[in-house]
Amino acid sequence: MSALLEVNGVSKRFRGLVAVDNVSFNVAQGAIFALIGPNGAGKTTLFNMVAGELAPNGGTITFDGQRIEGLTPDRICQRGIGRTFQIVKPFMGLTVEENVLIGALLRRQGVDDAREHARDVLRRLELYDKRNQVASGLTLPDRKRLEVARALATDPKLLLLDEVMAGLRPSETTRIVNVLRELNRESGITILLIEHVMQAVMALAQEILVLHHGAAIAQGKPEQVVREPAVIHSYLGAEAV
Amino acid sequence: MIARLIGGVPRRALILLALFALATLLAPLVAGDYLLTVFILMLYFAFTGQAWNIMMGFAGQLSLGHALYVGLGAYTTAILFVRYGIPPWIGFLIAAPIAMAVGGAMGFLAFRFKVGGVYFAILTIAFAEFARIGFDHFTWVNGSAGLFLPVAQFTHNDLWRLRGSPTMFYYMMLAATMLAFIGCRLLLKSRLGYYWLAIREDEQAARAVGINAFRYKMIAVVISAGMTSFAGVFYAFFYNNLFPEQIFNISRSIEIILAPLVGGMGTLFGPIFGTFILEGLSEGLRVGLDHAGIDIPGVKQVFYGVVLLVVVVLKPDGVWPWVAKKLGLVEREK
Repeated sequence: MSALLEVNGVSKRFRGLVAVDNVSFNVAQGAIFALIGPNGAGKTTLFNMVAGELAPNGGTITFDGQRIEGLTPDRICQRGIGRTFQIVKPFMGLTVEENVLIGALLRRQGVDDAREHARDVLRRLELYDKRNQVASGLTLPDRKRLEVARALATDPKLLLLDEVMAGLRPSETTRIVNVLRELNRESGITILLIEHVMQAVMALAQEILVLHHGAAIAQGKPEQVVREPAVIHSYLGAEAV
Repeated sequence: MIARLIGGVPRRALILLALFALATLLAPLVAGDYLLTVFILMLYFAFTGQAWNIMMGFAGQLSLGHALYVGLGAYTTAILFVRYGIPPWIGFLIAAPIAMAVGGAMGFLAFRFKVGGVYFAILTIAFAEFARIGFDHFTWVNGSAGLFLPVAQFTHNDLWRLRGSPTMFYYMMLAATMLAFIGCRLLLKSRLGYYWLAIREDEQAARAVGINAFRYKMIAVVISAGMTSFAGVFYAFFYNNLFPEQIFNISRSIEIILAPLVGGMGTLFGPIFGTFILEGLSEGLRVGLDHAGIDIPGVKQVFYGVVLLVVVVLKPDGVWPWVAKKLGLVEREK
Protein backbone atom coordinates (compact mmCIF):
# COMPACT_ATOMS: atom_id res chain seq x y z
CA MET A 1 0.00 0.00 0.00
CA SER A 2 1.22 3.46 -0.83
CA ALA A 3 1.35 6.13 1.83
CA LEU A 4 -1.41 8.73 1.75
CA LEU A 5 0.28 10.88 4.35
CA GLU A 6 4.03 11.11 4.78
CA VAL A 7 5.37 13.06 7.70
CA ASN A 8 9.10 13.45 7.41
CA GLY A 9 11.36 14.85 10.13
CA VAL A 10 8.78 17.39 11.32
CA SER A 11 9.64 19.67 14.24
CA LYS A 12 7.84 22.43 16.03
CA ARG A 13 9.29 24.77 18.62
CA PHE A 14 7.41 27.22 20.79
CA ARG A 15 10.25 29.53 21.80
CA GLY A 16 12.47 27.33 23.94
CA LEU A 17 10.10 24.37 24.09
CA VAL A 18 10.47 21.69 21.47
CA ALA A 19 6.91 20.39 21.21
CA VAL A 20 7.52 18.05 18.30
CA ASP A 21 11.04 16.85 17.62
CA ASN A 22 11.97 15.38 14.26
CA VAL A 23 8.99 13.03 13.98
CA SER A 24 8.49 10.86 10.90
CA PHE A 25 5.75 8.42 10.02
CA ASN A 26 3.69 7.25 7.09
CA VAL A 27 -0.02 6.60 7.04
CA ALA A 28 -0.98 4.08 4.40
CA GLN A 29 -3.96 4.57 2.13
CA GLY A 30 -7.04 3.14 3.82
CA ALA A 31 -5.36 2.64 7.19
CA ILE A 32 -6.49 3.57 10.66
CA PHE A 33 -3.48 5.06 12.37
CA ALA A 34 -3.38 6.08 16.03
CA LEU A 35 -1.19 8.64 17.70
CA ILE A 36 -0.88 8.05 21.43
CA GLY A 37 1.22 9.34 24.27
CA PRO A 38 1.00 11.11 27.61
CA ASN A 39 -0.34 14.63 28.00
CA GLY A 40 2.03 17.19 26.54
CA ALA A 41 3.66 14.66 24.26
CA GLY A 42 3.01 16.86 21.23
CA LYS A 43 0.18 14.87 19.67
CA THR A 44 -2.15 17.78 19.08
CA THR A 45 0.73 19.98 17.90
CA LEU A 46 1.65 17.35 15.34
CA PHE A 47 -1.97 17.07 14.38
CA ASN A 48 -2.33 20.82 13.98
CA MET A 49 0.64 20.88 11.65
CA VAL A 50 -0.99 18.27 9.42
CA ALA A 51 -4.26 20.23 9.53
CA GLY A 52 -2.53 23.51 8.71
CA GLU A 53 -3.30 25.24 11.98
CA LEU A 54 0.44 25.48 12.70
CA ALA A 55 3.40 25.65 10.33
CA PRO A 56 6.31 23.33 11.18
CA ASN A 57 9.76 24.75 11.88
CA GLY A 58 11.30 21.94 9.90
CA GLY A 59 10.52 18.81 7.97
CA THR A 60 8.00 18.02 5.28
CA ILE A 61 4.42 16.78 5.21
CA THR A 62 3.30 15.15 2.00
CA PHE A 63 -0.33 14.34 1.37
CA ASP A 64 -1.45 12.44 -1.68
CA GLY A 65 1.87 13.12 -3.35
CA GLN A 66 1.91 16.87 -2.69
CA ARG A 67 3.68 18.91 -0.06
CA ILE A 68 1.19 20.55 2.29
CA GLU A 69 3.22 21.85 5.21
CA GLY A 70 2.52 25.51 5.90
CA LEU A 71 -0.68 25.64 3.86
CA THR A 72 -3.69 27.29 5.52
CA PRO A 73 -6.37 25.06 7.12
CA ASP A 74 -8.96 25.83 4.44
CA ARG A 75 -6.49 24.89 1.69
CA ILE A 76 -5.66 21.67 3.45
CA CYS A 77 -9.30 20.79 3.82
CA GLN A 78 -9.78 21.49 0.13
CA ARG A 79 -6.94 19.04 -0.61
CA GLY A 80 -8.90 16.35 1.21
CA ILE A 81 -8.15 16.37 4.93
CA GLY A 82 -11.04 16.70 7.36
CA ARG A 83 -10.57 17.23 11.07
CA THR A 84 -12.28 17.43 14.42
CA PHE A 85 -11.21 19.55 17.37
CA GLN A 86 -10.13 18.25 20.75
CA ILE A 87 -12.32 20.87 22.39
CA VAL A 88 -15.35 20.53 20.16
CA LYS A 89 -16.23 23.48 17.96
CA PRO A 90 -19.62 22.94 16.40
CA PHE A 91 -21.34 26.00 14.93
CA MET A 92 -23.30 26.42 18.15
CA GLY A 93 -26.08 28.69 16.94
CA LEU A 94 -26.91 26.56 13.90
CA THR A 95 -28.87 23.35 13.61
CA VAL A 96 -27.23 19.95 13.33
CA GLU A 97 -28.17 19.77 9.68
CA GLU A 98 -26.80 23.25 8.92
CA ASN A 99 -23.53 22.32 10.60
CA VAL A 100 -23.05 19.34 8.33
CA LEU A 101 -24.48 21.09 5.29
CA ILE A 102 -21.75 23.72 5.56
CA GLY A 103 -19.16 20.98 5.41
CA ALA A 104 -20.95 19.36 2.49
CA LEU A 105 -20.92 22.60 0.49
CA LEU A 106 -17.19 22.22 -0.08
CA ARG A 107 -17.61 19.70 -2.85
CA ARG A 108 -21.25 20.21 -3.89
CA GLN A 109 -22.50 22.73 -6.37
CA GLY A 110 -25.83 23.68 -4.86
CA VAL A 111 -27.29 23.97 -1.40
CA ASP A 112 -29.88 21.27 -2.14
CA ASP A 113 -27.19 18.80 -3.20
CA ALA A 114 -25.23 19.60 -0.08
CA ARG A 115 -28.31 19.12 2.08
CA GLU A 116 -28.89 15.67 0.61
CA HIS A 117 -25.30 14.71 1.23
CA ALA A 118 -25.45 16.13 4.75
CA ARG A 119 -28.48 13.99 5.53
CA ASP A 120 -26.70 10.88 4.30
CA VAL A 121 -23.81 11.63 6.60
CA LEU A 122 -26.17 12.34 9.49
CA ARG A 123 -27.89 9.00 9.03
CA ARG A 124 -24.51 7.34 9.12
CA LEU A 125 -23.54 9.04 12.35
CA GLU A 126 -26.97 8.37 13.83
CA LEU A 127 -27.76 12.06 14.16
CA TYR A 128 -30.50 12.24 11.55
CA ASP A 129 -33.32 12.41 14.08
CA LYS A 130 -31.67 15.36 15.76
CA ARG A 131 -31.00 17.28 12.55
CA ASN A 132 -33.27 20.19 13.44
CA GLN A 133 -31.86 20.68 16.91
CA VAL A 134 -29.57 23.61 17.56
CA ALA A 135 -26.01 22.40 18.17
CA SER A 136 -25.70 24.25 21.46
CA GLY A 137 -28.43 22.01 22.87
CA LEU A 138 -26.60 18.76 22.14
CA THR A 139 -24.90 16.56 24.71
CA LEU A 140 -21.13 16.10 24.51
CA PRO A 141 -21.29 12.69 22.79
CA ASP A 142 -23.64 14.13 20.18
CA ARG A 143 -21.42 17.15 19.68
CA LYS A 144 -18.46 14.91 19.12
CA ARG A 145 -20.33 12.89 16.54
CA LEU A 146 -21.51 16.11 14.96
CA GLU A 147 -17.87 17.18 14.55
CA VAL A 148 -17.10 13.89 12.86
CA ALA A 149 -20.15 14.30 10.62
CA ARG A 150 -19.17 17.84 9.62
CA ALA A 151 -15.64 16.74 8.77
CA LEU A 152 -16.91 13.71 6.86
CA ALA A 153 -19.28 15.85 4.84
CA THR A 154 -16.28 17.50 3.18
CA ASP A 155 -15.51 14.10 1.59
CA PRO A 156 -12.00 13.86 2.98
CA LYS A 157 -9.49 11.23 1.93
CA LEU A 158 -7.96 11.53 5.36
CA LEU A 159 -9.92 12.12 8.53
CA LEU A 160 -8.09 13.57 11.54
CA LEU A 161 -9.83 12.78 14.82
CA ASP A 162 -8.56 14.57 17.90
CA GLU A 163 -9.77 12.67 20.96
CA VAL A 164 -13.31 12.07 19.80
CA MET A 165 -13.73 9.40 22.45
CA ALA A 166 -12.52 11.48 25.40
CA GLY A 167 -15.21 12.05 28.01
CA LEU A 168 -17.55 9.45 26.54
CA ARG A 169 -19.08 6.53 28.40
CA PRO A 170 -17.88 3.06 27.33
CA SER A 171 -21.15 2.35 25.50
CA GLU A 172 -20.78 5.57 23.52
CA THR A 173 -17.18 4.76 22.79
CA THR A 174 -18.19 1.41 21.38
CA ARG A 175 -20.82 3.09 19.27
CA ILE A 176 -18.42 5.57 17.71
CA VAL A 177 -15.76 2.88 17.26
CA ASN A 178 -18.26 0.85 15.26
CA VAL A 179 -19.23 3.83 13.15
CA LEU A 180 -15.61 4.63 12.35
CA ARG A 181 -14.73 1.06 11.57
CA GLU A 182 -17.68 0.76 9.24
CA LEU A 183 -16.75 3.99 7.51
CA ASN A 184 -13.21 2.83 7.02
CA ARG A 185 -14.33 -0.51 5.64
CA GLU A 186 -17.04 0.77 3.37
CA SER A 187 -15.64 4.00 1.98
CA GLY A 188 -11.96 3.21 2.42
CA ILE A 189 -11.36 6.48 4.21
CA THR A 190 -7.99 6.81 5.92
CA ILE A 191 -8.15 7.80 9.58
CA LEU A 192 -5.49 9.36 11.75
CA LEU A 193 -6.60 9.61 15.35
CA ILE A 194 -5.29 10.88 18.64
CA GLU A 195 -6.74 8.95 21.48
CA HIS A 196 -6.29 8.27 25.16
CA VAL A 197 -8.99 5.64 25.39
CA MET A 198 -6.86 2.53 24.83
CA GLN A 199 -9.94 0.35 24.44
CA ALA A 200 -10.80 2.33 21.32
CA VAL A 201 -7.24 2.47 20.06
CA MET A 202 -6.80 -1.27 20.33
CA ALA A 203 -10.14 -1.89 18.65
CA LEU A 204 -9.53 0.49 15.77
CA ALA A 205 -5.92 1.08 14.95
CA GLN A 206 -3.88 -0.99 12.59
CA GLU A 207 -0.80 0.95 13.45
CA ILE A 208 0.23 3.08 16.40
CA LEU A 209 2.80 5.80 16.88
CA VAL A 210 3.76 6.66 20.45
CA LEU A 211 4.99 10.16 21.21
CA HIS A 212 6.76 11.20 24.36
CA HIS A 213 8.22 14.66 24.98
CA GLY A 214 7.74 15.43 21.33
CA ALA A 215 9.68 12.47 20.04
CA ALA A 216 8.52 9.18 18.57
CA ILE A 217 9.45 6.38 20.96
CA ALA A 218 7.70 3.46 19.34
CA GLN A 219 5.77 2.54 16.25
CA GLY A 220 4.13 -0.62 15.01
CA LYS A 221 1.17 -2.92 15.31
CA PRO A 222 -0.95 -2.34 18.41
CA GLU A 223 -0.08 -5.66 20.04
CA GLN A 224 3.62 -5.01 19.62
CA VAL A 225 3.56 -1.40 20.71
CA VAL A 226 1.77 -2.01 24.00
CA ARG A 227 4.50 -4.51 24.97
CA GLU A 228 7.37 -2.10 24.38
CA PRO A 229 9.01 -1.30 27.70
CA ALA A 230 9.47 2.35 26.77
CA VAL A 231 5.76 2.72 26.07
CA ILE A 232 4.76 0.98 29.27
CA HIS A 233 7.17 3.08 31.23
CA SER A 234 6.22 6.47 29.79
CA TYR A 235 2.54 6.08 29.11
CA LEU A 236 0.58 2.95 29.81
CA GLY A 237 1.98 2.07 33.22
CA ALA A 238 2.99 -1.39 34.39
CA GLU A 239 -0.50 -2.46 35.43
CA ALA A 240 -1.79 -2.17 31.86
CA VAL A 241 0.13 -5.24 30.73
CA MET B 1 -35.12 30.83 -6.90
CA ILE B 2 -38.72 31.18 -5.77
CA ALA B 3 -38.42 27.86 -3.97
CA ARG B 4 -35.36 29.07 -2.15
CA LEU B 5 -37.11 32.33 -1.38
CA ILE B 6 -40.15 30.87 0.34
CA GLY B 7 -39.16 27.26 0.96
CA GLY B 8 -39.84 26.22 4.54
CA VAL B 9 -41.60 29.45 5.45
CA PRO B 10 -44.98 28.76 7.08
CA ARG B 11 -47.97 29.89 5.05
CA ARG B 12 -49.09 32.06 7.92
CA ALA B 13 -45.81 34.00 7.74
CA LEU B 14 -46.16 34.52 4.00
CA ILE B 15 -49.70 35.82 4.39
CA LEU B 16 -48.72 38.20 7.17
CA LEU B 17 -45.76 39.37 5.10
CA ALA B 18 -48.00 39.98 2.09
CA LEU B 19 -50.46 41.95 4.22
CA PHE B 20 -47.61 43.92 5.70
CA ALA B 21 -46.22 44.67 2.24
CA LEU B 22 -49.68 45.77 1.10
CA ALA B 23 -50.05 48.02 4.13
CA THR B 24 -46.69 49.66 3.42
CA LEU B 25 -47.70 50.18 -0.21
CA LEU B 26 -50.92 51.91 0.80
CA ALA B 27 -49.55 53.84 3.75
CA PRO B 28 -48.91 57.14 1.90
CA LEU B 29 -52.57 57.28 0.89
CA VAL B 30 -53.68 57.63 4.49
CA ALA B 31 -50.65 59.12 6.20
CA GLY B 32 -50.35 62.85 6.63
CA ASP B 33 -47.19 64.79 5.81
CA TYR B 34 -45.65 64.36 9.21
CA LEU B 35 -46.43 60.67 9.52
CA LEU B 36 -45.07 60.09 6.03
CA THR B 37 -41.75 61.63 7.07
CA VAL B 38 -41.66 59.28 10.04
CA PHE B 39 -42.34 56.34 7.74
CA ILE B 40 -39.56 57.44 5.40
CA LEU B 41 -37.16 57.60 8.29
CA MET B 42 -38.25 54.13 9.37
CA LEU B 43 -37.56 52.75 5.92
CA TYR B 44 -34.16 54.40 5.94
CA PHE B 45 -33.30 52.62 9.19
CA ALA B 46 -34.83 49.35 8.06
CA PHE B 47 -32.73 49.46 4.89
CA THR B 48 -29.44 50.47 6.48
CA GLY B 49 -30.10 48.03 9.31
CA GLN B 50 -30.50 45.26 6.79
CA ALA B 51 -27.23 46.23 5.12
CA TRP B 52 -25.40 46.37 8.45
CA ASN B 53 -26.92 43.04 9.39
CA ILE B 54 -25.11 41.35 6.49
CA MET B 55 -21.81 42.24 8.06
CA MET B 56 -22.62 41.70 11.72
CA GLY B 57 -25.70 39.51 11.80
CA PHE B 58 -24.58 37.13 9.09
CA ALA B 59 -20.79 37.26 8.96
CA GLY B 60 -20.19 38.34 12.56
CA GLN B 61 -18.07 41.41 11.81
CA LEU B 62 -19.08 44.31 14.03
CA SER B 63 -19.13 47.63 12.22
CA LEU B 64 -19.60 50.80 14.23
CA GLY B 65 -18.83 53.00 11.26
CA HIS B 66 -21.56 52.43 8.74
CA ALA B 67 -22.19 56.17 8.51
CA LEU B 68 -19.04 56.12 6.39
CA TYR B 69 -20.81 54.36 3.53
CA VAL B 70 -23.94 56.48 3.86
CA GLY B 71 -21.73 59.56 3.67
CA LEU B 72 -19.72 58.33 0.70
CA GLY B 73 -22.90 57.48 -1.19
CA ALA B 74 -24.45 60.83 -0.32
CA TYR B 75 -21.43 63.00 -1.10
CA THR B 76 -20.52 61.24 -4.33
CA THR B 77 -23.97 61.42 -5.88
CA ALA B 78 -24.60 64.93 -4.55
CA ILE B 79 -21.38 66.44 -5.85
CA LEU B 80 -21.80 64.79 -9.25
CA PHE B 81 -25.32 66.19 -9.39
CA VAL B 82 -24.44 69.67 -8.21
CA ARG B 83 -21.30 70.14 -10.28
CA TYR B 84 -22.02 68.15 -13.42
CA GLY B 85 -25.76 67.60 -13.38
CA ILE B 86 -25.24 63.83 -13.35
CA PRO B 87 -28.49 62.16 -12.29
CA PRO B 88 -28.31 60.32 -8.95
CA TRP B 89 -28.92 56.88 -10.43
CA ILE B 90 -25.85 57.26 -12.63
CA GLY B 91 -24.09 58.82 -9.67
CA PHE B 92 -24.91 55.77 -7.61
CA LEU B 93 -23.14 53.58 -10.16
CA ILE B 94 -20.04 55.56 -9.28
CA ALA B 95 -20.77 55.96 -5.56
CA ALA B 96 -21.39 52.29 -4.83
CA PRO B 97 -18.00 51.13 -6.17
CA ILE B 98 -16.32 53.91 -4.16
CA ALA B 99 -18.03 52.79 -0.96
CA MET B 100 -17.26 49.16 -1.77
CA ALA B 101 -13.62 49.98 -2.45
CA VAL B 102 -13.27 51.86 0.84
CA GLY B 103 -15.01 49.05 2.71
CA GLY B 104 -12.83 46.56 0.89
CA ALA B 105 -9.65 48.46 1.77
CA MET B 106 -10.65 48.51 5.43
CA GLY B 107 -11.62 44.86 5.35
CA PHE B 108 -8.36 43.94 3.67
CA LEU B 109 -6.30 45.72 6.33
CA ALA B 110 -8.30 44.17 9.15
CA PHE B 111 -8.60 40.63 7.88
CA ARG B 112 -5.13 40.45 6.39
CA PHE B 113 -3.54 41.52 9.66
CA LYS B 114 -6.03 39.60 11.79
CA VAL B 115 -7.65 42.58 13.45
CA GLY B 116 -10.75 41.06 14.95
CA GLY B 117 -13.52 41.58 17.45
CA VAL B 118 -13.45 44.84 19.36
CA TYR B 119 -10.36 46.01 17.48
CA PHE B 120 -12.13 45.55 14.19
CA ALA B 121 -15.04 47.64 15.49
CA ILE B 122 -12.61 50.38 16.50
CA LEU B 123 -11.09 50.29 13.02
CA THR B 124 -14.52 50.84 11.49
CA ILE B 125 -15.02 53.86 13.75
CA ALA B 126 -11.58 55.14 12.76
CA PHE B 127 -12.39 54.96 9.06
CA ALA B 128 -15.63 56.86 9.55
CA GLU B 129 -13.77 59.46 11.60
CA PHE B 130 -11.07 59.81 8.93
CA ALA B 131 -13.82 60.52 6.45
CA ARG B 132 -15.52 63.03 8.74
CA ILE B 133 -12.34 65.01 9.31
CA GLY B 134 -11.21 64.56 5.72
CA PHE B 135 -14.46 65.84 4.24
CA ASP B 136 -14.42 68.76 6.69
CA HIS B 137 -11.32 69.98 4.85
CA PHE B 138 -12.28 68.79 1.39
CA THR B 139 -12.99 72.12 -0.29
CA TRP B 140 -14.21 70.60 -3.57
CA VAL B 141 -17.29 69.47 -1.68
CA ASN B 142 -17.39 72.71 0.34
CA GLY B 143 -15.80 71.20 3.44
CA SER B 144 -17.40 72.04 6.72
CA ALA B 145 -19.56 74.72 5.08
CA GLY B 146 -21.75 71.96 3.75
CA LEU B 147 -22.96 70.87 0.36
CA PHE B 148 -26.43 71.98 -0.71
CA LEU B 149 -28.59 70.61 -3.45
CA PRO B 150 -30.73 73.09 -5.40
CA VAL B 151 -34.23 73.13 -4.01
CA ALA B 152 -37.20 74.42 -5.96
CA GLN B 153 -40.93 73.91 -5.96
CA PHE B 154 -41.60 70.82 -7.99
CA THR B 155 -44.71 70.57 -10.05
CA HIS B 156 -44.17 66.88 -10.63
CA ASN B 157 -42.03 64.03 -9.34
CA ASP B 158 -38.83 63.58 -11.29
CA LEU B 159 -37.74 60.12 -10.27
CA TRP B 160 -34.76 60.15 -12.61
CA ARG B 161 -33.30 63.22 -10.93
CA LEU B 162 -34.85 62.45 -7.55
CA ARG B 163 -36.54 65.81 -7.29
CA GLY B 164 -40.00 65.53 -5.90
CA SER B 165 -42.40 64.96 -3.05
CA PRO B 166 -41.86 62.90 0.09
CA THR B 167 -44.23 60.29 -1.35
CA MET B 168 -41.74 59.63 -4.11
CA PHE B 169 -38.95 59.18 -1.60
CA TYR B 170 -41.19 56.93 0.45
CA TYR B 171 -41.70 54.57 -2.47
CA MET B 172 -38.04 54.75 -3.40
CA MET B 173 -36.97 53.61 0.05
CA LEU B 174 -39.80 51.10 0.25
CA ALA B 175 -38.62 49.47 -2.98
CA ALA B 176 -35.04 49.49 -1.70
CA THR B 177 -36.06 47.93 1.60
CA MET B 178 -38.12 45.24 -0.09
CA LEU B 179 -35.31 44.42 -2.49
CA ALA B 180 -32.85 44.32 0.39
CA PHE B 181 -35.14 41.98 2.31
CA ILE B 182 -35.54 39.60 -0.62
CA GLY B 183 -31.87 39.85 -1.53
CA CYS B 184 -30.78 39.06 2.01
CA ARG B 185 -33.08 36.06 2.13
CA LEU B 186 -31.55 34.70 -1.08
CA LEU B 187 -28.03 35.40 0.17
CA LEU B 188 -28.72 33.71 3.48
CA LYS B 189 -29.98 30.56 1.79
CA SER B 190 -27.01 30.37 -0.57
CA ARG B 191 -23.51 29.02 -0.14
CA LEU B 192 -22.39 32.52 0.71
CA GLY B 193 -24.94 32.82 3.51
CA TYR B 194 -24.07 29.48 5.06
CA TYR B 195 -20.38 30.31 4.91
CA TRP B 196 -21.02 33.62 6.63
CA LEU B 197 -22.93 31.90 9.41
CA ALA B 198 -20.10 29.41 9.81
CA ILE B 199 -17.56 32.22 10.11
CA ARG B 200 -19.79 34.06 12.57
CA GLU B 201 -20.19 30.98 14.74
CA ASP B 202 -16.58 29.82 14.74
CA GLU B 203 -13.99 31.04 12.31
CA GLN B 204 -11.45 28.34 13.12
CA ALA B 205 -13.99 25.59 12.57
CA ALA B 206 -15.14 27.30 9.38
CA ARG B 207 -11.61 27.25 8.01
CA ALA B 208 -11.31 23.59 8.96
CA VAL B 209 -14.18 22.73 6.61
CA GLY B 210 -12.43 24.47 3.76
CA ILE B 211 -13.91 27.96 3.98
CA ASN B 212 -11.61 30.77 2.94
CA ALA B 213 -12.64 33.06 5.80
CA PHE B 214 -10.74 36.07 4.49
CA ARG B 215 -12.52 35.96 1.17
CA TYR B 216 -16.01 35.57 2.57
CA LYS B 217 -15.54 38.28 5.19
CA MET B 218 -14.36 40.60 2.42
CA ILE B 219 -17.46 39.82 0.38
CA ALA B 220 -19.66 40.63 3.39
CA VAL B 221 -18.01 44.01 3.94
CA VAL B 222 -18.12 44.94 0.27
CA ILE B 223 -21.78 44.00 -0.21
CA SER B 224 -22.77 45.75 3.00
CA ALA B 225 -20.86 48.90 2.06
CA GLY B 226 -22.33 49.04 -1.43
CA MET B 227 -25.86 48.57 -0.14
CA THR B 228 -25.44 51.17 2.56
CA SER B 229 -24.20 53.74 0.06
CA PHE B 230 -27.61 53.63 -1.60
CA ALA B 231 -29.11 54.96 1.62
CA GLY B 232 -26.70 57.85 1.16
CA VAL B 233 -28.24 58.68 -2.21
CA PHE B 234 -31.60 58.92 -0.53
CA TYR B 235 -30.16 60.98 2.32
CA ALA B 236 -28.58 63.53 0.01
CA PHE B 237 -31.58 64.03 -2.25
CA PHE B 238 -34.19 63.93 0.48
CA TYR B 239 -32.53 66.32 2.90
CA ASN B 240 -30.76 68.38 0.23
CA ASN B 241 -27.89 69.31 2.51
CA LEU B 242 -24.78 67.51 3.61
CA PHE B 243 -22.41 68.34 6.43
CA PRO B 244 -19.45 66.07 7.17
CA GLU B 245 -19.97 66.73 10.85
CA GLN B 246 -23.46 65.29 10.63
CA ILE B 247 -23.41 62.58 8.07
CA PHE B 248 -20.17 60.88 9.14
CA ASN B 249 -20.89 61.35 12.82
CA ILE B 250 -20.56 58.26 14.97
CA SER B 251 -24.05 58.80 16.35
CA ARG B 252 -25.28 58.16 12.80
CA SER B 253 -23.47 54.84 12.79
CA ILE B 254 -25.00 53.92 16.13
CA GLU B 255 -28.49 54.83 14.92
CA ILE B 256 -28.04 52.37 12.07
CA ILE B 257 -27.31 49.45 14.35
CA LEU B 258 -30.16 50.08 16.82
CA ALA B 259 -32.94 48.58 14.70
CA PRO B 260 -31.25 45.24 13.98
CA LEU B 261 -30.04 45.11 17.57
CA VAL B 262 -33.53 45.57 18.95
CA GLY B 263 -35.24 43.50 16.27
CA GLY B 264 -32.72 40.69 16.26
CA MET B 265 -29.28 40.47 14.72
CA GLY B 266 -28.88 37.89 12.01
CA THR B 267 -32.61 37.64 11.40
CA LEU B 268 -34.16 38.86 8.18
CA PHE B 269 -37.15 40.64 9.59
CA GLY B 270 -35.38 41.86 12.72
CA PRO B 271 -34.09 45.15 11.26
CA ILE B 272 -37.56 46.01 9.94
CA PHE B 273 -39.31 44.99 13.13
CA GLY B 274 -36.74 46.87 15.18
CA THR B 275 -37.45 50.16 13.43
CA PHE B 276 -41.13 49.69 14.09
CA ILE B 277 -40.51 49.23 17.77
CA LEU B 278 -38.07 52.11 18.05
CA GLU B 279 -39.69 54.66 15.77
CA GLY B 280 -43.24 53.54 16.39
CA LEU B 281 -43.00 53.70 20.13
CA SER B 282 -40.87 56.85 20.27
CA GLU B 283 -43.25 58.70 17.94
CA GLY B 284 -46.16 57.44 20.02
CA LEU B 285 -44.42 58.73 23.10
CA ARG B 286 -43.82 62.09 21.48
CA VAL B 287 -47.43 62.45 20.40
CA GLY B 288 -48.60 61.41 23.85
CA LEU B 289 -46.33 63.95 25.51
CA ASP B 290 -47.48 66.63 23.05
CA HIS B 291 -51.07 65.98 23.96
CA ALA B 292 -50.21 66.18 27.63
CA GLY B 293 -48.48 69.46 26.89
CA ILE B 294 -45.13 68.22 28.14
CA ASP B 295 -41.99 69.12 26.24
CA ILE B 296 -38.82 67.31 27.17
CA PRO B 297 -35.90 67.88 24.83
CA GLY B 298 -33.96 64.71 24.02
CA VAL B 299 -36.73 62.43 25.24
CA LYS B 300 -36.33 60.31 22.08
CA GLN B 301 -32.69 59.57 22.76
CA VAL B 302 -33.45 58.62 26.34
CA PHE B 303 -36.24 56.42 25.08
CA TYR B 304 -33.86 54.68 22.63
CA GLY B 305 -31.53 54.04 25.51
CA VAL B 306 -34.27 52.57 27.65
CA VAL B 307 -35.55 50.31 24.86
CA LEU B 308 -32.05 49.08 24.16
CA LEU B 309 -31.47 48.39 27.83
CA VAL B 310 -34.71 46.46 28.18
CA VAL B 311 -34.02 44.42 25.05
CA VAL B 312 -30.46 43.59 26.02
CA VAL B 313 -31.58 42.44 29.44
CA LEU B 314 -34.78 40.58 28.52
CA LYS B 315 -34.30 39.48 24.92
CA PRO B 316 -30.60 39.59 24.10
CA ASP B 317 -31.24 37.88 20.77
CA GLY B 318 -33.66 40.63 19.81
CA VAL B 319 -37.42 40.90 19.95
CA TRP B 320 -38.26 39.44 16.56
CA PRO B 321 -37.19 35.80 17.19
CA TRP B 322 -39.38 35.82 20.27
CA VAL B 323 -42.36 37.38 18.49
CA ALA B 324 -41.94 35.05 15.51
CA LYS B 325 -42.04 32.08 17.83
CA LYS B 326 -45.13 33.39 19.62
CA LEU B 327 -46.91 33.91 16.31
CA GLY B 328 -45.87 30.51 15.01
CA LEU B 329 -43.85 31.99 12.15
CA VAL B 330 -40.65 30.03 12.70
CA GLU B 331 -39.30 28.43 9.57
CA ARG B 332 -39.67 24.68 9.42
CA GLU B 333 -37.60 22.13 7.59
CA LYS B 334 -38.67 20.97 4.19
